[in-house]
Amino acid sequence: MQRIGVFVCHCGSNIAATVDVEKVVELARMEPGVVHAEDYQYMCSEAGQARIQAAIEKKGLTGIVVCSCSPRMHETTFRKAAERAGLNPYMVEIANIREHCSWIHKDIEEATKKAVILARAAIAKVNLNTPLKPGESRVTKRALVIGGGIAGIQTALDIADAGYEVDIVEKTPSIGGRMSQLDKTFPTLDCSACILTPKMVEAGAHEKIHIYTYSEVEKVSGFVGDFTVDIRKKARSVDMDKCTGCGVCQEKCPSKKTPSEFNRGLNNRSAIYTPFAQAIPNVPVIDREACIKFKTGKCGLCAKVCQAGAIDYEQQDEIITEKYGAIVVATGFDVIQLDSYDEYAYSQSKDVITSLELERIMNAAGPTKGHLERLSDGRAPKEIVFVQCVGSRCSDDRGKSYCSKICCMYTAKHAMLIRDKYPDTHVTVFYIDVRTPGKNFDEFYRRAAEEYGVDYIKGQVGKVLPQPDGSLLVQGADLLDNRQLRIKADMVVLAAAIEPDPSVRRIATMLTASIDTNNFLTEAHPKLRPVESPTAGVFLSGVCQGPKDIPETVAQAGAAAVKAIGLLAKDKLTTNPCTAHSDELLCNGCSTCANVCPYGAITYEDRQVNDHGIREVRRLAVVNNALCQGCGACTVACPSGAMDLQGFSNRQIIAEVDAICR
Amino acid sequence: MPIETKEEFRPKIVAFCCNWCSYAGADLAGSSRLAYPADVKIIRVPCSCRVNPMFVLRAFEKGADGVILCGCHPGDCHYSTGNYYTRRRMTLLFSMLDYIGVENGRTRVEWVSAAEGVKFSATMNDFVAKIRTLGENVRLEDIRCKKQ
Repeated sequence: MQRIGVFVCHCGSNIAATVDVEKVVELARMEPGVVHAEDYQYMCSEAGQARIQAAIEKKGLTGIVVCSCSPRMHETTFRKAAERAGLNPYMVEIANIREHCSWIHKDIEEATKKAVILARAAIAKVNLNTPLKPGESRVTKRALVIGGGIAGIQTALDIADAGYEVDIVEKTPSIGGRMSQLDKTFPTLDCSACILTPKMVEAGAHEKIHIYTYSEVEKVSGFVGDFTVDIRKKARSVDMDKCTGCGVCQEKCPSKKTPSEFNRGLNNRSAIYTPFAQAIPNVPVIDREACIKFKTGKCGLCAKVCQAGAIDYEQQDEIITEKYGAIVVATGFDVIQLDSYDEYAYSQSKDVITSLELERIMNAAGPTKGHLERLSDGRAPKEIVFVQCVGSRCSDDRGKSYCSKICCMYTAKHAMLIRDKYPDTHVTVFYIDVRTPGKNFDEFYRRAAEEYGVDYIKGQVGKVLPQPDGSLLVQGADLLDNRQLRIKADMVVLAAAIEPDPSVRRIATMLTASIDTNNFLTEAHPKLRPVESPTAGVFLSGVCQGPKDIPETVAQAGAAAVKAIGLLAKDKLTTNPCTAHSDELLCNGCSTCANVCPYGAITYEDRQVNDHGIREVRRLAVVNNALCQGCGACTVACPSGAMDLQGFSNRQIIAEVDAICR
Repeated sequence: MPIETKEEFRPKIVAFCCNWCSYAGADLAGSSRLAYPADVKIIRVPCSCRVNPMFVLRAFEKGADGVILCGCHPGDCHYSTGNYYTRRRMTLLFSMLDYIGVENGRTRVEWVSAAEGVKFSATMNDFVAKIRTLGENVRLEDIRCKKQ
């Protein structure tokens, strides 16, 4: 029989205001096995933990139940406290009477009743707990960073500088990401390329960093400290070792009709291309769908002009398998599709553009060589209207419910840059709210509005109507003056919402990392573990976790790197002891469990068993504790009931069910 | 909230929640103060696929009026495939239970992610309301349990 102690936490008034904690203590005392029960204001405090330790020592407790907040919060705290008092940490159970009780119920009587039942279930469970011992697993001292934008580059640099090997996997032909597409950055108006390219070069040249561009993660298996990842290196059709990056092939390529991804489709690129001049690596890729050689078998001009003989039409995709201790996801974002926003005439007029397209137009390396001009007729626009929150803070299902966070600031930047360079161009910004919560952000916005004479109008644009003369009639509302506005504009710029890059879904599934309804990766705790995924060994960097500007992305990238370094610095990890195990006397070696195990943790061995005096050799299921992750699929599949899960055994769960239904 | 009278039927409802998504979703419902009836009592399991049909039967046998399983969304299971097993196993079990008189409304599988506190609360409110209209479950119950 266990000697159980029950510790009921007030959590200040969080629990005590709706749950009569003394009543819980009183009723818990009557439960079988309970020899001690007490309540305290903050069980998680040092004094609270000391009380638990003292009770364990004084009363010789063999198991404890803490009625407090969620086990996801403080289970580790209380397990460690128990361990310090000499009790096996797995003899601790938590009754969640805060998140699952006091915070959601108002009636004291009802909440107290429920708290008692939850305590009772935990007591029933701990009565059947057995001491468990965690195992150990090794750590591969190498990190994988998925995504080669500023987030991925910064994370990789930080990890590499700490002395660990890092691989970056980037799906496009070059690292650089969205930041490489930007012209200037707020709130300092630094040139984006000028601050990004040194980092790209540093990553490219770092002896500890290996960059796989034009590559994608194909398969992930394993677990924290010991992931095995298949990387598909797509056929570049150019030998990376031979290519000198001279660029002659791109000049000579006769197929120049493919919309440039880098320039957001505003101009065309050749079939053999590097996305932009500062690409790292500076090795082109042949787009096989656009290449005449691949389509018709004729041409081959690039191979003829290549002095280095680097063109290789026969190249095949290559699968590289590598082991990693930690994985950082830095898959970034894209702007949303605007197909369902007909009212802004985005697909009807070339002069209705997104802000990211404007970045390319303003950029000296962009489709207009940095001249601000209308894409329809090349004229310089004299009247520009910016529309904020296109698809952000949207209540219908066309857009996103969240704020994209960066649009207010980059629009202020755009407006300011345009007014600075083209003082005779008038700029109007339609906004719902201007949000500037960042260092020097509000000052920046005010400069745009006050010094640069940008017209900020609170209100939404209802419709953009392309006119026969090529202009755009913008109909909007001015909510502060309560009047309808009609502006004849030459260009309309839409601050389209940002969303996680679509590739993140597939990656999240491979990593079993959780994802929210907007496809942002979920952090382990929204406040206290913002760069860790709930999946151990997987970390989050940049916009894949939520909208961020560049400084925030870089800060988070560094934080993700530190978490990864913390993991890689360990020689061994302790493994979860809540694994499956098979009862030799019940197992009939049927293989059902091995068929459902997602980790291949179950094998079969011929073993000598002693079944009530009968000694014989039987084929038995054996669980590899290092591989078993403790999901319990096998325990249910097992037809003979031989397979059970430690820490969540059949008897324990049934005891909980019984206690709840009693 | 309606004023509850003493005679009102208060069902016993067991909710099995997976540790990674739904239990966290329930925690989020809690920290967001999204109320649902106290009739729901949650049991934490590592994965929804840990729930043996036996546990569901046991709950009804012991007098539960409804049993709900919550897991990660298909494709998002922390253990890759666990919730697919749950879906198949429970489809079979629930249709069998319906056949023997434990109505389909008393059993449910719902996917709730860690970010879906609102969905968790809404699901529980809806499920409890459904059970309240169905009334007390009399099938499968072991009357000896009641006398104790």
